[in-house]
This record gives sequence, structure tokens and C-alpha cells, in this order.
Amino acid sequence: MIRYLGKRILFMIISLFLIITVTFFLMHSIPGGPFTSEKNVPDEIKKSLEAYYGIDKPIGEQYVDYLKRVITWDLGPSFSEKSSTVNDVINRGFPVSAHLGLQAIAIAITGGITLGVIAALRHNKWQDYSAMVIAVLGLSVPSFILAAFYQYFFAIKWGLFPIAKWETFEHTVLPSFALSALPMAFIARLTRSNMIEVLAQDYIKTAKAKGLNTIVITVKHAVRNALLPVITYLGPLTAGILTGTFVIERIFGVPGLGREFVLSITNRDYTVIMGTTVFYSIILIVMVLLVDIAYTIVDPRIKLSDAGKE
Amino acid sequence: MKKNVFVLMSSLVVLGTALAGCGGGQQAAEKPAAGGEQPAATPAAEAKPQVLKLNLHSEPPTADPGLAEDTTSGAIVRATFDGLTRTDESGHPANSAAESVEVSDDLMTYTFKLRDAKWSNGDPVTAKDFEFAWKRVLDPKTAANYAYQLYYIKNAEKANKGEAKLDDVGVKALDDKTLQVTLENPTPFFLELTSFYTYYPVNQKVVTADPKWAAEAKTHVGNGPFKMESWEHKNKLVLVKNENYWDKDVVKLEKIEFSMVEDENTELSMYENGEIDWAGAPLSALPTDAIPALKDSGKMTTQPIAGTYWYKFNVEKAPFNNVKIRKAFTYSIDRQSLIDNILQTGQLPATGAVPPSMELKSGGYFKDNDLETAKKLLEEGMKEEGLTKLPPITLSYNTSEGHKKIAEAIQDQWKKNLGIEVKLENKEWKVYLEDLHEGNFQIGRMGWLGDFNDPINFLELYKDKEGGNNDTNWENPKFKELLNQSALEKDPEKRKKILADAEAILMEDMPIAPIYFYTNSWVKKDEVKGVKVDGLGHVDYKWAYVE
Repeated sequence: MIRYLGKRILFMIISLFLIITVTFFLMHSIPGGPFTSEKNVPDEIKKSLEAYYGIDKPIGEQYVDYLKRVITWDLGPSFSEKSSTVNDVINRGFPVSAHLGLQAIAIAITGGITLGVIAALRHNKWQDYSAMVIAVLGLSVPSFILAAFYQYFFAIKWGLFPIAKWETFEHTVLPSFALSALPMAFIARLTRSNMIEVLAQDYIKTAKAKGLNTIVITVKHAVRNALLPVITYLGPLTAGILTGTFVIERIFGVPGLGREFVLSITNRDYTVIMGTTVFYSIILIVMVLLVDIAYTIVDPRIKLSDAGKE
Repeated sequence: MKKNVFVLMSSLVVLGTALAGCGGGQQAAEKPAAGGEQPAATPAAEAKPQVLKLNLHSEPPTADPGLAEDTTSGAIVRATFDGLTRTDESGHPANSAAESVEVSDDLMTYTFKLRDAKWSNGDPVTAKDFEFAWKRVLDPKTAANYAYQLYYIKNAEKANKGEAKLDDVGVKALDDKTLQVTLENPTPFFLELTSFYTYYPVNQKVVTADPKWAAEAKTHVGNGPFKMESWEHKNKLVLVKNENYWDKDVVKLEKIEFSMVEDENTELSMYENGEIDWAGAPLSALPTDAIPALKDSGKMTTQPIAGTYWYKFNVEKAPFNNVKIRKAFTYSIDRQSLIDNILQTGQLPATGAVPPSMELKSGGYFKDNDLETAKKLLEEGMKEEGLTKLPPITLSYNTSEGHKKIAEAIQDQWKKNLGIEVKLENKEWKVYLEDLHEGNFQIGRMGWLGDFNDPINFLELYKDKEGGNNDTNWENPKFKELLNQSALEKDPEKRKKILADAEAILMEDMPIAPIYFYTNSWVKKDEVKGVKVDGLGHVDYKWAYVE
């Protein structure tokens, strides 16, 4: 186990290094730079700006500098937000996005599994159809439409929740639900199809024959097996949702990290592009590792060792 | 069979939701007509709390006047700082931090006497703070993008480029209350400039002690009508009245709360729900789809601002190396119908380069939608070039719904009016800018917003072929000379005449096709009064109050 983990962590560092390298060179190959602007400034000012941010050096040198920065986790100043560093940007945005994301994941998991299980247990009955209609809607209605829809009914028409901004718990409700729709639908469908498969297996029949009631069969025997694919999906999902989503954050005025991923590219804000990418990659890689560990908890048959592969 | 029922049912539900969504949108758009009366109808309390709730749209990139270069930062800086002059309610620069100004006869030396005023932390505002602030902006180490705004001061440009010492710059605090400024050339609009934020002072003590002073509310120190109470980055910024402000008796507002919501539809919903007092320009924009309804409801205010939207011709690429062909393309645009049918927010058709607030010749230099002349010129131009058929022409713009609509309308007009097929091409913003600056285009869109209220702002762009914002590769020695002359002319009327001659040359050679002059549109609650948006689109809350 320890050996396995050590190996995994080594691979994680290598993939992180590859991500940084590819992003760095791709980013510099896009035409236009952080100081390309509608109001072109005199060359001298541009030069002093470039010197200030250290992008006048040869690209190889910048790359080495950047690798050093990642190791010390000092991600440099932001180009577009002159008074902040990339560390500030991440430290401010991530807690907000993570808060919103955790609420959304909680809703998605509970809602999705419940819907999926109900649909499987009442396969081809009206409960199944209703659950799957909800799931199809969640998958096919884009989040910005859903968000506007929630705002219109819950905030403007019925005045139950504020329209936007990020202050109290009430402010977090609508964006959490809007954010959870897609993963909830996905989890519901995954759970349903797996449950249907599991429920048809012999050991469930045996359990039924033993006279166990439906609740025990479902909770103890069926759900556990049906959840493996859901867990696989949860890894990348968590990484994606915790680091924020552009559309939901924009519509609800949430000061999260999601906007930085998109806007930094438009602004050619080199340091923020790198910072957010590295940060996201770290979370993603860690999540994937956690998922692998979680398998062993859910299914004791899975063992984490590299013995079998060799 | 069962499966079919399921498919039918789910598609019906999806369709139903989509339709419900559309209906919701319409209702939301119609709402201001009905809902607009409500705030006025609620019984007015004896004294309304003097609090303004606004949306700042996005996080201000900085609250440091020396580094600010955008509308959002500008609004915060203007509220929390005070320049030597401040644009007053009538739109003219009036003494503010300065008590009096003495101008030498040659318009080259300005001596400002400062008022007794204090910074928000209690320190006195001195002439040294001004000197420090301006030299700081010019210091190449500060890396201030807007340093060129100070180039009117003697040796400022050289110092900024590292060719002269900062000590040689023509700004000097003679004593605590006297600031002497020496200029490079006579500059009749210098008092306009001193009301611009790059010319604002900063507190020397605070700035030297903490380089990150402008990043947080706690350490932010200004000399303006308001001071920063709190700043939750990307979420909320609160300004309160500054009791140390010299003109505090005029400031009625106790508090301004800015939220930072980037989505324009959300902003409008918040306004309609009464959560904010103002939606739209100058800090944000109204959603394009909602504009016709808002306009019909009569609640929308539209005001021209000093900006021109134009198409640039690359005069080094055929067929636009021919002036007659350039003119034919320019004359055949029907600006009025474009504004009425596509833009719909009361823009003014542009038949000159300089916007109305600094107008040099009223009525412009050519007739809008002049098809006859256009056709004739096109024919002559093609003959001159020995062409029977025009080479393929591409009109470029940066990717955006608004620019696309305009380009498509003009593409259609050219096809109908001149029988010319033009291809459209759009590129991502920074890629587009780079292409334009490098001359990789035939016709390209661009807009220009004035920094201060003087025509030189717009004419100077086309002075040098290599000038960073020319893009058209056009140059004219006569035009250049007139601009140089205007910089030396002391009599404002004569200067205006020189500049008008220059604009006439620009419109005669037509390296650009002016399309329209920009406007700002917004909706606000009736009880909000005194918010001043000047001709440049700068917003000032100093005189604002709630009735």
C-alpha cells in the first residue's frame, strides 16, 4: 500500500510537470500578450511593463523561473488585477467556489442516488419515468437557462431567495441548486442503470429468497455495488466543481475562482492562466487518487498494490 | 410502445420548459413598464437614508490613481480622490484641491495654490504629494500604463523613457501649498487634464511605507469626497462619506454600496427587484435584448459620450490604396438606418472623426447614405486603378454579437448599394488587435473613447504612420504639420480652426470610415439625483443624493 502510494505520488508529480510545460508553451504561442490593447502605449512603457513582470527575458528562462515559482508556491503578480498576486486570487476565490461546490455536490449525490435507486426499484413504472425525465432535463437544459429560470421564479416572482450576490446562506441556495443539476442527473442515470443490472443478479435473488426485506437488500447489497461507477465519476466532478464554474458564478455574482479560468485567457493574464491551471491540476490529480482509495472501502475485493501489474 | 410514450413525454416536457423560459423572458422585459411606477408610489419617508446601492460590474483592477486605466477603477478613484481640478456639474474643470491657478502668458507654466485639505487619515494634503504622485507615475519602475497622460509636462516623456532624470520633470512643490508645473508646449486644455485621475495626488507617507496600500480598504488613503470602508474582493465595496474632505458640506450621500455582478441580465433583474438603484452605463451595460422594451417604457436615459466607432481602411492594400474607393465605401453606409434598426440606443451618425462634445465642424464632412456620389466615386476609382472588378474584400471585427450585427448590416448595404460582395471575418480580441496593429487587414472595426475633452485626442491617432494606434498606414505631411501647429497655438479660436482644417484633411483622404458616435444608456430609480456622468462617460458621485 505504502509503496503503491509512493509510486502514485511520483507519477502525480510527473504529470503535473507535463501539464505545466504544455500549458506554458501553448499559452505563449497564442497571438497577443497581456499588454496588447485597444489603446496602444508607447514602446518604452511597454518595455518597462514587460521588465516589471519579467516577460522580457527569453522564454526558456521564464519557463525555468516559473517552475521555481510553482515549487515555492509563489505564483507571481496578476497582470490584469494590478494590486493582487495570483496567490491572492486563488486564496480569495477558492474558498467561495469550494463552499458552493460542496453544497452542490451534496445535493447532487443525495438527489442523484435517491432518484436513481427509486427509478431502478420501480423500473418501467411511472416513478422510473418521472425520475428519468428530471434527469434528462438536468442533462439537456444548459445551466445558464436553468439559472435564469430559478432567478425568475424563486427570486423575482416569489421573492424566496435573493437574485444574486454572495453574502448569507440564502444567497448560496439558488446557485447550489443550479450547479448541482447536471451532476445530479448524471449520477441518477448512472445509479439507475447499475442498480438495474445489480438487481438482476443471483445474489440479490438469494437475498430475496432468504426473506430479507427490500430496504436491507437495497441499502446493504445492491447500492454498494451500484455505486462504483458513481465514485469514478465523482473524482473529476469534485475537482471541476470545487474550482468553480464560470457561467453560474457570473449569473449569480459569486466571487469564485471559475471566472479566472475563462477571463485570464481572454486577458492573456499569463500568471493567472498558469496559476489556475496548476491549481486545478493538483486538485484533479489528488481527487483521482482519492477515488482509487475509495474503491477499496466500497468494494473490499479491490486491493491497491502494484504487484498484479508487474 | 412504452418507449415511444416515454420519448414523447420527455420531449413534451423539454419543449414545455423551453417555452416557459421564453415566456419568462418576455415578462421580465416588460416588467419595468409596470413595475417602474412602484418605487415612486411608496410613501416617501421624511428623510430617505442617503445610501446608494450600485453595481460596479467587476472587481476594480486597482484603486491606485497612478495605475488606474479603466472605467471601473476610474469610478472608485474619482470618488475617493480629488485632483487639482474636478469636472463640475456643468462639465467644466473647476478648482478643487487647488484654490487658485495662475497661468503664465505663454501657457507654459501653471502655478497652483492648494487649499487646506486633509487626507482621509488626517495628514495634510501638500504640494509635495502631487509632485511625488506624478513622478511616481513617470518612474519606469512603477510600470504605469497611463504614464503617457503626463507627457504634456516638461521632460515627462524623456523621464518615462529613461532619457532624463525624474528630477528634471517640470513639476515642483515650491512650498507645502504651492505647486509649479512647467509644460513641454502651451497646452490650453491642461486644466481638463488635471481633473483626470492619472493627475491625482497620492499620500507620499502612505505609499512609501506600504507599496500595497491600494489593495485593501484598511490601508487605502484618499483625499476625495468618499473613503473606502470595506472591500471584499470581487464581491462588495463600500464607500462612506469622508469627513476630512474639504468640500464635505456639499456631499450629501452617506454611503455607496457597490456590488460586483458581471452578468447584465442579473443586474437588470436586481434593479427591477429594487436591490440596486441603477443599471446599465457607465459602469456596466444594459442587456441588448432588453433595450427596446426599456426604451419604450420611457425609463431609459441615453446620453452621448465622447467616442467614435469607425472602420479603418488599410491604405496600403488594394483596393483601399485608392482614395475614391475608400470614399465610395464610406459614403454608401446608411448610418441612420443602422442606428434605428440595429443599434437602437440613440447613437448619433458620425460624418466626422471628432465626437459632438468637442466638435470642430457641425454637420460633419459628408452626407450620410450618399449613394449617388458613392457610385460615381467607385466607378472613377476603379478606372484610375485600371480595375474592372474589385479584388476580394474582407471586413474584420473582433468576436462579439454587437460588432457582428453591425458588420452584417453594413455588408448588406454595400451589396445593395454598390453591388460589392464583402466577406466577414471575426477573431478573438487580442488576436484581432495584434493583426490590426500589424496591418493584416483590409477593413477593420475599432472604437476610440476620449480621455479628455479635446479634439486632439482623436486626431493625434493618425498623426504618424507608425503611431501605435493609427493602424491604417496613412500619413499626410500637411495633417501632421497642422497638428504640430495646433500644439503651439495659444489662441483657442485659432487653434480650433487649425484642428478643423486637420480634420477636414483626414476626412478628405478618408483612411477611416466613421460610423457612429457612442452613447451611454442606463435606467435609474427616480429618487436618485445628482449622479453626474460627463461627456467622456466618467461618473462622479460627489453631488449625488437620494430624494
